[in-house]
Amino acid sequence: MTAVATTTAGAGKGPVRRFLDAYGPAILILPLGLVVWEGAVRVFDIKGFLLPKPSDIALAYETEGAFISGAAWVTLQEAVGGFAVGASLGFLIALATARWKAVQEGALPLAIAVNSAPIVALAPIFNAWFGSTNPLSKMAVVSVMVFFPVMINMTRGLRLVDPNELELMRSYAASDRAILRKVRLPNALPFLFTGLKIGAVLSLIGAIVAEYFGGPVKALGVYILQQSAGTRLAEAWAGIIIGTLMGIAFYLVIVIAERLAMPWHVTVRETRR
Amino acid sequence: MSAAAVRLDGAGKVFNPGSDGEVIALQDISLTIEEREFVSLIGPSGCGKSTMLRLIGDLLTPTSGEVTVKGKQAHRARLDRDYGMVFQHATLLEWRTVAKNVQLPLEVMGYDKARRDVRTSELLELVQLEEFAEHYPWQLSGGMQQRVAIARALAFSPSILLMDEPFGALDEMTRERMQMELMAIWQQTDTTVIFVTHSIPEAVFLSTRVVVMSPRPGRISEMVAVDLPQPREFETREAPEFYAKLTEVREALRGFEVGR
Repeated sequence: MTAVATTTAGAGKGPVRRFLDAYGPAILILPLGLVVWEGAVRVFDIKGFLLPKPSDIALAYETEGAFISGAAWVTLQEAVGGFAVGASLGFLIALATARWKAVQEGALPLAIAVNSAPIVALAPIFNAWFGSTNPLSKMAVVSVMVFFPVMINMTRGLRLVDPNELELMRSYAASDRAILRKVRLPNALPFLFTGLKIGAVLSLIGAIVAEYFGGPVKALGVYILQQSAGTRLAEAWAGIIIGTLMGIAFYLVIVIAERLAMPWHVTVRETRR
Repeated sequence: MSAAAVRLDGAGKVFNPGSDGEVIALQDISLTIEEREFVSLIGPSGCGKSTMLRLIGDLLTPTSGEVTVKGKQAHRARLDRDYGMVFQHATLLEWRTVAKNVQLPLEVMGYDKARRDVRTSELLELVQLEEFAEHYPWQLSGGMQQRVAIARALAFSPSILLMDEPFGALDEMTRERMQMELMAIWQQTDTTVIFVTHSIPEAVFLSTRVVVMSPRPGRISEMVAVDLPQPREFETREAPEFYAKLTEVREALRGFEVGR
């Protein structure tokens, strides 16, 4: 017995050092970018209605911050709500396709058709159904957008199983249910998280763009649209940046959940140095 | 008289019958394997040895002839959990620890937790991996992974062990050590082993009988009984009788390989 458990490559370094190694470049690039942006606007004297200075955006946030935060909160709820519905549906239908061939043959073409449709174009329809100020109309757009990546990835994960693993389970005379629970589902976890990560980003895009087609007065998409229409570009940018930060935060939440759910997976154990 | 461990009676397997892609993988295979035998299937690629293993294990259904295991249909034997399987790649579930991998068949078969735990520690001791129980497969070397796979296959004490080139992906030194361990396990348990391999020395060292197969269509071309003394030891490989058997198997394989 010669081989010994592999030690992680980062051993010996402190946690702070490891954190900086991993995230230092990303942390540096942001302030650097802001400085370049601010400098470029000043040096080339770019007009504020084309591209406002970061300092102007910061000022806009100082005066409008409370309103933007409130609007962002409304939009975040729409995004998360729609995400929850769409992701759950995607998960359940993927499970059903793995279980029943008829569902697979019926649901997959339908799902592909739905995905090929310009989903944002559905926003006015959902506004008519639920009312444009009703958050449900935005959630509906978001859930349709999130549904597809989750369902397709989950379906792939349930199906792309090592044939030897299936032979092994069959040699135990395992039931389809046991194979689903013990092999297909855990095998699908990495795929599911890929779908959820795509979905998390899409959900905020979906919510904000859906609000462009009309929404409650206090909502991020409506706010951005109104400010840019009134050439208050710094305010619009403040809204865009908040939307971006929420998208990043949502994505990171999924990444953390992924690490907790599957510490064994190659993508997680490699970044865990 | 007790039934043979495995009986193939004119068994054949045709893939995609009636289509352009029709392949006769196996033709008219008749073979009887007694209990506690260690039989190797050897032959060039495409001779159907893996297919034959899968017919015996009821992972494939024969298109002609019959496969019986301990006097019953192969299908019945699979439902009775008579088979343990080991593949070329360990095929450990990467989300399970070593101990949990060994327990997989026991969970499927509804053993309670106490029995699972006892059995797992017995088996990890058998393959000398006790201290790795809580490791994940990726933290183990190839040889260790394959030992876990063997422990898993033995977990529910199946009467027949089906091994499909289990040491094929290992380096020569690990391979010989694994062969010694497999010999010891076979001596300690009442298992009949059917072992697919590409390696002539491996087949001769391990087996009581070597079944030499030829391709297109796959069939049995010769059988070589290996009556070297048991238990086989390190010195077995250096005995003149061992070389004599190697030569016999090699000659049997040569007939059709050169012919093509």
